[in-house]
Amino acid sequence: MKGPLLTAVIGLALVSGVEGQDTTSVDRGVRVGITYSPGVRPRIVMLPGPGLDSVRAVLHRDLDHSDRFEMLLLTGEAGPTNGELNYALYRALGAAFGVDVSAAGEAVNVRLHDLVGGRIRNQLTLPLPSLDDPDARMAIHRAADEVVRWVTGTPGIAASRLLFVSGRRVYRVDADGADLTPVTPEDETALSPAWAPDGQRMVYTRFGEGTGELIVQTLTTGARLTVPTTGSGLNYAASFAADGRSLAFTRTAEGGTEIYSANVAELCCVRRLTVGRFADNLSPTYSPDGRRLAFVSTRAGPAQIYVMSADGTDQELFAPFDYGVTGSSYAPDWSPDGALITFHRDVAGSPQIFVMEAGTRRVRQLTSAGRNEDPTWAPDGRHIAFISDRTGRRQLWLVDTESGRIRQIHTPGIARLPAWSRRLSAAVTGANP
Amino acid sequence: MRIPLMMITAALVVAACGGQQAEQPAPQPAPPPVDSTAIKERMRQDSIAAAERARAEAEARARAEAEARAAAERARAALRAELALMINFEFDKSAVMPGDMANLDRKAAILNANAGLRIRVAGHADERGSDEYNFALGNRRAEAAKRYLANKGIDGSRIEVVSFGEERPVDPASTEAAWAKNRRAEFEILAGGDALVAPR
Repeated sequence: MKGPLLTAVIGLALVSGVEGQDTTSVDRGVRVGITYSPGVRPRIVMLPGPGLDSVRAVLHRDLDHSDRFEMLLLTGEAGPTNGELNYALYRALGAAFGVDVSAAGEAVNVRLHDLVGGRIRNQLTLPLPSLDDPDARMAIHRAADEVVRWVTGTPGIAASRLLFVSGRRVYRVDADGADLTPVTPEDETALSPAWAPDGQRMVYTRFGEGTGELIVQTLTTGARLTVPTTGSGLNYAASFAADGRSLAFTRTAEGGTEIYSANVAELCCVRRLTVGRFADNLSPTYSPDGRRLAFVSTRAGPAQIYVMSADGTDQELFAPFDYGVTGSSYAPDWSPDGALITFHRDVAGSPQIFVMEAGTRRVRQLTSAGRNEDPTWAPDGRHIAFISDRTGRRQLWLVDTESGRIRQIHTPGIARLPAWSRRLSAAVTGANP
Repeated sequence: MRIPLMMITAALVVAACGGQQAEQPAPQPAPPPVDSTAIKERMRQDSIAAAERARAEAEARARAEAEARAAAERARAALRAELALMINFEFDKSAVMPGDMANLDRKAAILNANAGLRIRVAGHADERGSDEYNFALGNRRAEAAKRYLANKGIDGSRIEVVSFGEERPVDPASTEAAWAKNRRAEFEILAGGDALVAPR
């Protein structure tokens, strides 16, 4: 009888949450995407205009990658957008919405036209971007996310970034694949990065000779601190709670692998949450309300997904499995709306991405081609990033769980252990380390 | 000065040949400086010979010692190599395999014979399973090796355990053969490896 109650609590937490999510049109107890029906994606068109082609191109790609629209491509000049827009023409092309971009002094106006209603539905203004400034790109991404919100009720995910490991370092890349930047020092071996919910900090493991300590690094300033008691043993696979203060992590030491939590705001209060005896417990991920943790345990033999309260009580199996039939399951990540858990599970010798509804515990398989592992949720709780070797070497891929549409983020080396941020505000993306 | 010198030399040679010609008049005493030179020369030759003998003896001794040292070092190296012999595991398992027990028994004997010896066991995994899980698995494997040695009477405080997960494959290929090689525990001497003695 706990499920519905917890769902309600998660819902409340989100309603009172940050990031300006539209809470009026989306029932938070149900999956994000309820306002959207697969197969009837609204058709949207980027309206032509003088100049600002690069802004228009970024917006077009962001709207496309939100996977919530059918992008209408114009083959010829369809008329100016200054002054009167020929609504009838675009209606005839089957477009429901049009986005126009125009310069206004030192600013750019972005307007959403309701082509059916024949009116401007929403508009915003952003500073005129300098083209090669990554922060300016982020401002355009935020505008695109607003356009998505105007139409669907839920903002897009263009203004977000991913962390991942390549070679020995943690890298950061924008969700559209731009601005690939190393964020950890060259002379360190870094593992398992995870975002703080504020998007300003991350935690990762500085790996030594079979040992590793947890470092919390502020991405904007480069400031670093070591999480208490993680100076010995191997400490890794950390997860921030939504309050940005609590951290759950995995410690491998003599005697086994167990989950601990610590307060990184006051650098105190390290607690052991699991007692494995002859089993290992690892890879915790907080529910968005911070009350529960999903994790991996070998208590029944093969690695499977379990859940417990954040204080370590009420531990139970989470993702159902058939003993001796279902493959081992790893690397859970709890969606930002609390409704879904993604993880990877061995299927016929290859890891594949799965999604489970937290309420019903219904599990479905998302991928089947190649090896697919270490999934991480996008801020919309609908897209997932994961590592796949489907084109040869391991690379970062993004999939829309609704449509199955998939795209690759190209990285020079092998990519591992991705972590997708929440939506990033202007304050967060202001300066680069 | 040349004639007396030759005479003296002759006399010395005669004298050295024995007493058969004792009826000959005794030679005149040689002038001290000449005599001294010859004696010094002989002494020099003698001392050179003696030094060479001594050096040869010393060298032989040193050679023997070096050989003994080398043999001992070889024996210690062999012991270190035995300590370093890795063990392997089945997929997703951490139990010591029967085929590796003799290897670990030998390690236990060496540890028993060398109280100052401390080792580190590093567990490794193949690339299957999540990167994060493989740290736990590597740790379990190293722990299993440690537990085996502890059951043979080795104090646990002499054995350190770490895990590298799948980070350090010996063979980076994605084949069954590579995976089998990569599922392993490695052994490294932390202290006391310089003066190892063989178990009795």
